[in-house]
Amino acid sequence: MEKTYYDPADLKKFGDVADFQPELARKFFDYYGDVFKDGALTAREKSLIALAVAHAVQCPYCIDAYTSDSLEKGATEQQMMEAVHVTTAIRGGASLVHGVQMMNKVKKLSM
Amino acid sequence: MIKTLRSQNHSLASGQEQLRFLSNGIFGSDKLPTFREKIDTLGEFPLKPANIEIFQVNVGYMCNQVCKHCHVDAGPDRKEIMGRETMQRCLDIMSKTNIHTLDLTGGAPEMNPDFRWFVEEAHKIGVKEIIVRSNLTIILANPKYHDLPEFFKKNGVRVVSSLPFYQPDKTDRQRGEGVFVKSIEALQMLNAVGYGKAGSGLHLDLVYNPGGAFLPGNQAELERDFKKELKNHYYVDFNSLFTITNLPISRFLDFLIRTENYEEYMEKLVDSFNPAAVKGVMCRNTISVDYDGYMYDCDFNQMLGLKVDKQAGQHINDFNLEKLESRHIAISQHCYGCTAGAGSSCQGTVA
Repeated sequence: MEKTYYDPADLKKFGDVADFQPELARKFFDYYGDVFKDGALTAREKSLIALAVAHAVQCPYCIDAYTSDSLEKGATEQQMMEAVHVTTAIRGGASLVHGVQMMNKVKKLSM
Repeated sequence: MIKTLRSQNHSLASGQEQLRFLSNGIFGSDKLPTFREKIDTLGEFPLKPANIEIFQVNVGYMCNQVCKHCHVDAGPDRKEIMGRETMQRCLDIMSKTNIHTLDLTGGAPEMNPDFRWFVEEAHKIGVKEIIVRSNLTIILANPKYHDLPEFFKKNGVRVVSSLPFYQPDKTDRQRGEGVFVKSIEALQMLNAVGYGKAGSGLHLDLVYNPGGAFLPGNQAELERDFKKELKNHYYVDFNSLFTITNLPISRFLDFLIRTENYEEYMEKLVDSFNPAAVKGVMCRNTISVDYDGYMYDCDFNQMLGLKVDKQAGQHINDFNLEKLESRHIAISQHCYGCTAGAGSSCQGTVA
């Protein structure tokens, strides 16, 4: 076992998960590849969504991969930072909107 | 303005030193396969040319810009320059062979005092296609260059210009402060005489290269973005966008090493190796000529000092088409740059 939980070199070993369960890995990676193809959304739009989600789930592998991928897809730095702000707004908003629940409870308890 | 590696007496100013670096480390320890090993598995070693169609002539390494990624290590301090006699020899070869394209590069080729003479003579003898790789800002650098768009038009030149992004910040970080604004002005001057305009027959192409240690994206998509953004914001038109991968030599190699991106970048190039791109690499149809008349398989090999195979004749005075077309192309690990993804050449993607 390594002394740290995360090693940048592990990103390149992602495909190795197939060693322990090939069939499910194959299904996952086929699906993964299809998800990121040009569709109703462009490959760049999908890359920016992935970058935003990577920040939401705070996955260092994904942040590494989709920072490079967004640059390669021609995204601007402003677009990339705006994607992270979308994450932040939703995460922050998700907490804040529960304030309504708190207020409801306060109102119920209070005379 | 940053300094050239040459003026810093940097070890990577030497082609030999670069080749040594590219052969050691991750490639010396068998962590990654060498380019030779890689193409050998495809039965493509030794790499051989097809018909030679393009004479890419580097008329000198002097440039008014010092770009961070420049594979030539060009700059104002570079004095290597091609004389008229060598140019004449190139023209003689072109008039006697089926080589249809004269591709002029540098440095800033326009800074060579015999540049206009060379272009006019090539036009006179009926060279089918004359390409000038212009950095754009040269057009505004001095009043004596302001008429270049007219000069290009008069001689039917195809202009190919670098513009790494359609916004100022990324462009200026790579090519120098203020380069974007000047480049746009130069593009507008080229448009004004008809370049890049539908039906004019005057071709103006742009070259995109990534602003760092990552690969270029889809050429067609980037072309669409560039066309939309440049038209909407600056009323600029152009014909095609060529995406080019940064090759790990000279200043870009120095950048990769300094920023500890070298190994990861080389891994990316090797992982993205595309066998289909090997078929279309530009060294198969191009001969690169230096200011002294020596020949190379490409402009990158020229900068590394890797001349064409000795048996093929290394100087234009010994030009022999048959021998050149049966030569073995000199390769090293930098060649992975031309075979990654959709491939890369002076004409953009190849696969």
